[in-house]
Amino acid sequence: MASLDFHIYPLETGFHGSSRPVAKPELVKDYGYETFVPFTNSSNNSDEQVAAIAKEIRRDIVRALVEAKSGHSGGPLGSADIFATLYFGGVMNHDPKDPWNKNRDRFILSAGHMCPVLYSTLANAGYFAKQELLTLRKLNSRLQGHPGRDMGLPGIESSTGSLGQGLGIAVGMALSDKLVSKNSSRVYSLTGDGELQEGEIWESAMCASHWKLDNLTVIVDRNHCQIDGRTDEVMEVDPVSDKWKAFGFHTIEVNGHDINALRQAFAEAKATKGKPTCIIAETYMGHPVSFMNDDYRWHGKPPNKEQAEIALNELV
Amino acid sequence: MMSTATTTTMEKTASTNGASSHGFTLQGKKATRFGFGEGLVTLGEKYDNVVVLGGDITTSVMTSYFKDKFPERFFSMGIMEATSTLVAAGLALSGKIPFFASYGAFAACRNTDMLRISVCYNDANVKIGGGHAGISVGPDGATHQILEEIAITRVLPNMTLVVPCDFTEAKKATVAIGEHVGPCYIRFGRTDTPMFTTEDTPFVLGKAQVFRKGNDVAICACGPMVWEALVAAEELAKDGIDARVINVSTIKPLDNATILAAAKECGAIVTAEEHQITAGLGGAIAEYLVKEEPVPMEFVGVNDSFGGSGDPDELMALFGLTSKEIIAAAKKVIARKK
Repeated sequence: MASLDFHIYPLETGFHGSSRPVAKPELVKDYGYETFVPFTNSSNNSDEQVAAIAKEIRRDIVRALVEAKSGHSGGPLGSADIFATLYFGGVMNHDPKDPWNKNRDRFILSAGHMCPVLYSTLANAGYFAKQELLTLRKLNSRLQGHPGRDMGLPGIESSTGSLGQGLGIAVGMALSDKLVSKNSSRVYSLTGDGELQEGEIWESAMCASHWKLDNLTVIVDRNHCQIDGRTDEVMEVDPVSDKWKAFGFHTIEVNGHDINALRQAFAEAKATKGKPTCIIAETYMGHPVSFMNDDYRWHGKPPNKEQAEIALNELV
Repeated sequence: MMSTATTTTMEKTASTNGASSHGFTLQGKKATRFGFGEGLVTLGEKYDNVVVLGGDITTSVMTSYFKDKFPERFFSMGIMEATSTLVAAGLALSGKIPFFASYGAFAACRNTDMLRISVCYNDANVKIGGGHAGISVGPDGATHQILEEIAITRVLPNMTLVVPCDFTEAKKATVAIGEHVGPCYIRFGRTDTPMFTTEDTPFVLGKAQVFRKGNDVAICACGPMVWEALVAAEELAKDGIDARVINVSTIKPLDNATILAAAKECGAIVTAEEHQITAGLGGAIAEYLVKEEPVPMEFVGVNDSFGGSGDPDELMALFGLTSKEIIAAAKKVIARKK
């Protein structure tokens, strides 16, 4: 019996076969993007090196957001350590030079609005030129306001942005890898903690543990903030860990700004058999920018030029 | 209000078949859902990357055939239609061809946001089977009689929408959407409805088929209303009206050429569907013709109301979804011709 193979990656650039052009960024002096050499992913990278990459990711987030004049600051900045660990700490098997390699691990950003951190991470890994980060949210940009697979940006596995959906897609991928293709690839998905209010998260969790998807690792960015305020005021999501446990997950609570602790958590997830793992990463929204840190009002707005300058100075 | 259909159109025609002007013969009755189930097995036999997600009601939407034959490629999802749609998207983005089937009320409406973002915006190769279409569901009542999903699915970019007219075509259409790359939705029914096409009847995804030639009026129908349209054409012929009957099984993309030719050559259109009149098949055809070839149109369908419990035949008569209403609409639209 044969497979009916079809083209998945990458899609035509632009909207569905149209010859829509891709936005070209104007060269911005000062950032050193022209001469940038991508960071490599290795378990040999020290925790300090990974932390330094996280700082670089944060700088690029600020630069992209101030240029875009809209977008989300708090979640992307607060989760940069998680992304640096995943993509540069030897956790994920990925290759920027062969982004759609069949044996790759996959990452699905369920919290689609946090895409500035994913774009910045991918650019720092060399998936595309850093200059392109400065097209974020602009006309014809491959860096859509929420990830759009139709734009064909390497490293974007799925369109996401309607909260609660990315995790279900990740479950489908993990199901495909473990039970249909029977390969050893792993799937990672990050959700926000406000996103846990969406019902599909818990349907997906039920499904992942029913099928014993131990190749799936969920990361909850537990920053206790959402647009309207603190999560315990808008809609209580606690006890987060107990909920995931009740849904059949192995759970790990970790300081989401501690590279070493994050590495250990991902290693524990890989070693856990027979059930999926949920890593609850305690973070501060906007961390470590002084005027954003732990302040929910920075969920969905960008810094202005002056604020960006302060932030970049703090991120040296 | 509830009228009793003493003689159903199906019975009426059964007595007159063999001498029809359209060449189709009634071969008995069988629900389109069984065609969907058999089509899935055909696909499973052909391709090892076809997988099926079960939504608890597998013996009702007939994914059970596939489950019995290919248990290693069948995944029970329980009652979570929204997440089943997402899981299907994840499978499709991994090179599988996933089918997820439930009742249309849950496979097109509960999960609309998932269809929009994770399936269609992703252009994921997901196939959705939506059963229990229309009021012919019968006794289950309005909650389960979906009358809105043609409207919902055809408005989604990248989606292909097919509504087969009988059991045999449902089987062909299921195989066709499995072999077509891109998001697809197939609509099928619960109740046994007339079987009249054969293996030799032409079916091409994206093509409307002329089932009866005629130039006085064109009746464009989908699903079980295609048979009603053929019955109506027989009756109209007795009054000297030569009706063209078109089986518009693919509603998206619409076969514009066949519709345009019908408008030009017949000068009047009647649409017939077991769906809300607004935004369904009739809406799709009207949207197209109003800019290309405006002709008088009449719409047979459910008029902005919910269904209800009853026997399928009683309901079809009560809601005006029989050949009788098609005949009246045809006469009315012909009178409106200039």
